[in-house]
Amino acid sequence: MVAYLVVTRSPGWPRVQTTFFSLEFGRESFLPILRGLWVNVQVLLIGGVCVVVLGLGLAVLRTLRGPAFAPLRILATGYVDLFRGMPLIITLYLVGFGLPALRLQGVPNSPFVLGTAAIVLTYSAYVAEVFRAGIESVHPSQRAAARSLGLTHRQMMRIVVLPQAVRNVTPALLNDFVALQKDVGLISVLGAVDAVRAAQILVGQSFNFTPYVVAGLLFVLLAVPSARIADAVSARARRRQQSGSVL
Amino acid sequence: MSAVLEVRGVVKAFGENVVLRGVDLAVDEHRVVALIGGSGSGKSTLLRCASLLEVVDDGQVLLDGEDITDPRVDADAVRRRLGVVFQAYNLFPHLSVLDNVTLAPVRVHGRSRSEAREEALALLERIGLADKSGEFPDRLSGGQQQRVAIVRALAVRPRVLLLDEITSALDPELVGEVLRLVREVAEQGMTIVMATHEMGFAKQVADTVCFLDQGVVLESGPPDQVLGDPVEPRTRQFLSRIIDAGRL
Repeated sequence: MVAYLVVTRSPGWPRVQTTFFSLEFGRESFLPILRGLWVNVQVLLIGGVCVVVLGLGLAVLRTLRGPAFAPLRILATGYVDLFRGMPLIITLYLVGFGLPALRLQGVPNSPFVLGTAAIVLTYSAYVAEVFRAGIESVHPSQRAAARSLGLTHRQMMRIVVLPQAVRNVTPALLNDFVALQKDVGLISVLGAVDAVRAAQILVGQSFNFTPYVVAGLLFVLLAVPSARIADAVSARARRRQQSGSVL
Repeated sequence: MSAVLEVRGVVKAFGENVVLRGVDLAVDEHRVVALIGGSGSGKSTLLRCASLLEVVDDGQVLLDGEDITDPRVDADAVRRRLGVVFQAYNLFPHLSVLDNVTLAPVRVHGRSRSEAREEALALLERIGLADKSGEFPDRLSGGQQQRVAIVRALAVRPRVLLLDEITSALDPELVGEVLRLVREVAEQGMTIVMATHEMGFAKQVADTVCFLDQGVVLESGPPDQVLGDPVEPRTRQFLSRIIDAGRL
C-alpha cells in the first residue's frame, strides 16, 4: 500500500506509466510474446526431462562406493564442480557461440538446441547434488536389507534406494524446476526468439517498455502453478513424516 | 553331520578397532545357535560377516562347505541362500507389506508374481497379518513389522536364518509375539543363528549358546551349561550382570 502510494505519487510516475504500463502496447505485444513463451515452454519441458535423467545419472555415479569406481566418481564430481560454479550466462555463450564456431560436423547451430543444451549442463549439475543428497538420506540399513535379500547393487538402487531418495527430495526438485522456468528466458541471449527476445524486439521498434512487463507477467503466471504444486508436495511430505504433530 | 554354516578364524577390524579376533563357529542343519555377549563383543559383526554385508579381514565363512569369503565367489548369489533379519526391521517403507515379502522371490529368484504372492499371503496368514498385506510398514506396530521382516527373510527359503538382535528395538510387550514366531520357525527345522539379549529365550530354543567376549567365542555349549554353569569367569560375570538386570 505504502509502496503503491510512493510509486504512483513520484514525479516520474506519469512518464513511467505510459512507457511501462501502456494498455495499447500491452495488447499489441501480447500475442508475439505468447508465441515466444511457447518456445520457453518447449525448452523447459525438453530441458527438464534431460536435466532429471542426467542429474540422476551423475548422482548415482557420485555415490558409487569402492576404489574401482574412483575414476567415475572423480569425473562426475568434476562435472558438477565445473557447471555449478560456471555462471549460466557464460555457459550459454560458450556453448551457443563457441560450439558452432568449431564448425564440427553434426553440431547443430540452432540457438534453441544449443541454449537448451547449455541450460541442461548447468541445471543437471545442481539437480545431481539434490539427488545425491536424497540418495544419501536413505539409511544404510535399507541397503543392507536389500543386499541381504540377494538384490544386486543395480536392483537395490532401482527398487529400494532411488524411489525413497526421489521422494525425499521432491520438494527441492520442484524448487529447482521453478528456478528453471525463469532461466529458460536466458536462451534469448543466443538469439532464439523466445518471450524475452520477442519483447526485446517490440521494445526496440516502439521504445515502449510495456512488452517487458507483459513477458515478466507471463513468466510469473507460468511459475505460479509449479510453486503451488511444490508447496503441496512439501506439505504432504511433512504430514507423512510427523503425522499428527502441529509443530 | 556337516555344518550348514561354518566360521573359521574370522578376523574383522574397523580401522584400529579389532572387533573379531579369530571366531570359530559351526552350525549344523536344523540347529539353533544363540550368540550372547555384551555390546561390542562382536555378535552383530559376526552375523554381518556371515551374510557378506562386511568383508572379513582374515579367516573363512563356509556355507554348505563352500568358502563364501573367497573374493571370486559371487556374493549376490550367496546372499540369495541366506535370510537376514535386523534389529531395526529394515522393511522397505515405500513398498506394501506384500511387496516387501514378494520382492526377493520375484526379482531375485525369478518366481512368478502370482506364485510369490500366494506363498507370501500364506506366510502372512500364518502370522495373522494377511489382512495387513496392502498396508505400508509404518502403519504396523514394531512387533508386526518385525514379524513381516522374518517372513520376508523366510520367503526366499534360506539355508540358514541369521537374526541380529531382532527384539532389541521392540517394546517389551511386543517381544513375545516375535519370539513365538522364531520358536515356530525353529521347530519346523530352520537352521538359525541369532544374536540375542533374551537369555530366557536362548535357554528354551537354542541347541547351542556361544558366549562372545572381546571378539572371540569364549565359551560355547548347551544352554543349560553355558547359561547355568559357565566355566569361564567372564561368562559368569556377564550372566550375573544380566541376572541383576532381571533378564534371566
